[in-house]
Amino acid sequence: MSPLPTFSTMTPEAGLKKALSMGRPDIIEEIRSSGLKGRGGAGFPTGMKWNFAAAARADEKFVICNADEGEPGTFKDRVILQEHADLVFEGMTLAGKAIGAKEGILFLRGEYTYLRPHLDAVLARRREQRLLGRNILGTDLEFEIRIFMGAGAYICGEETALIEALEGFRGEPRNRPPFPVNTGFLGRPSIVNNVETLASAACILQKGAAWWKARGTEKSTGFKLFSVSGDCGKPGVYEFPMGITVAQLLEEVGGEGAKAVQVGGASGQCVPASQFERAIAFEDIPTGGSIIVLGPQRDMLDMLHNFMDFFVDESCGQCTPCRIGNTKLLEGIELLKAGRCSMAYLQELCALGETMQIASKCGLGQSSPSAFLSVVKHFREEIMGRTPSHV
Amino acid sequence: MLMTERERLAGEIQALAEKHGKSRTALIPMVQEIKRRYRRLDGYAMQVIADQLGIHPVEVYSVVSFYAFLGSQAQGKFIIRLCRTISCDMQGKDRVKRQLENDLGISFGQTTPDGKFSLEWANCMGMCDQGPALLVNDKLFTRVTPEKVHEILEECRRSFGVHATEQKEVHLV
Repeated sequence: MSPLPTFSTMTPEAGLKKALSMGRPDIIEEIRSSGLKGRGGAGFPTGMKWNFAAAARADEKFVICNADEGEPGTFKDRVILQEHADLVFEGMTLAGKAIGAKEGILFLRGEYTYLRPHLDAVLARRREQRLLGRNILGTDLEFEIRIFMGAGAYICGEETALIEALEGFRGEPRNRPPFPVNTGFLGRPSIVNNVETLASAACILQKGAAWWKARGTEKSTGFKLFSVSGDCGKPGVYEFPMGITVAQLLEEVGGEGAKAVQVGGASGQCVPASQFERAIAFEDIPTGGSIIVLGPQRDMLDMLHNFMDFFVDESCGQCTPCRIGNTKLLEGIELLKAGRCSMAYLQELCALGETMQIASKCGLGQSSPSAFLSVVKHFREEIMGRTPSHV
Repeated sequence: MLMTERERLAGEIQALAEKHGKSRTALIPMVQEIKRRYRRLDGYAMQVIADQLGIHPVEVYSVVSFYAFLGSQAQGKFIIRLCRTISCDMQGKDRVKRQLENDLGISFGQTTPDGKFSLEWANCMGMCDQGPALLVNDKLFTRVTPEKVHEILEECRRSFGVHATEQKEVHLV
């Protein structure tokens, strides 16, 4: 069985055909009323984003698909691009119609270079089928898609850093506002959407907003793809309705008996077994779909150490809270592992983490302390007063 | 570098710049292409790129030094990037690391003296359900065990021999 049951049952190009027969405001209204929120993790309402870009006046606009899937534990976009690239390109094309853009760019991470030949072939076929180019399917819609290869930087998953990379600069996030919907790629209005968001938008146009809303919760509508890895019997990509509890999810993936689950990747939060009844949804535990199951034998400090090494390496270094803060948290974890961290210093580290959440410029520094703070909160007994044998 | 080599490189960069439209947006695709062909990007190449795009060479250096896959350091024919992030870590990437180092006689961040292999770390490469994972150039290997390391290296060596005699890119590029 396909790990993506809903995407597999879609009729090819039905969403695009429907969009071609609709007015621009109606397409956006369909997406807006579905309640679709960004699938990359931040959860911004997609319809609102499209509406801003559609309302902006400019000679050129851009649809950018964010395939810089770098969050630790996330791999659903890779599977979507491998198995349902058409659905993603369909979503980009109808987004182009909705906001009035003629050019789409797929920003593919360098680590996924092996997907490139397949994606190029799909694009070539779509051009032949007149699903791209001028007069798409005999209408006056014009839209073209090209692929830009990322060069190995986690920060480029942040939309303004991604745009900087497209423009040929270091991937350093911009100040917001102005937002990309007004001042994006080359200063033109641009929407940056996750791979899964665009594929979902194509489904919504085909099946209607009511169909989408029938699943999920009131505030987190529809289904979501989850990338499940770690200590479980059946790791892989899963489709679940939003609002599923951690316990239900663990049962499906063979992860019963887990000590904790890291939801949302390295920048997400660590959920201890006592809270497995909580729901995975934007109103409770938000996620871009990364689920890392931690079995009873796992050392929480080892996990944190891995995450902080990652953030110290991937911080762009532009703003102080993130550049220095992550380094200090990493040193703190090393102190904890050596059993040489006082409670007073641990509290200082937590205060530092909270400062980073407020003061960092972009999502990287704002979310990198989350795992640290949640482990300190829930596993204090495990991490304090270690004997050096743990080092 | 010999004068003729320099001229050839400059010519290639100029052709690339024309293909991409000589704007700043061409910078990363150009650097990627030159790295792919030459496996390094020295000061001279950066100057020529800067000239072609009408920017200061330090702008090129600034971008090149930011991205993990660009970098000005010379790399081997086969760049092995082992994923070090959480799921691959939990699935035993440390032992794969040791075996790679043992078999090649270099540490991570180094290139073998014969210029064939470079060992580098990668941050999460999206193969978390099939770890430990590594990339050899653009080719993916999953569920790598210390035992499989030798096999992977031998496959590279075999294809390198073919490349040297037939003078064409046959594999792993």
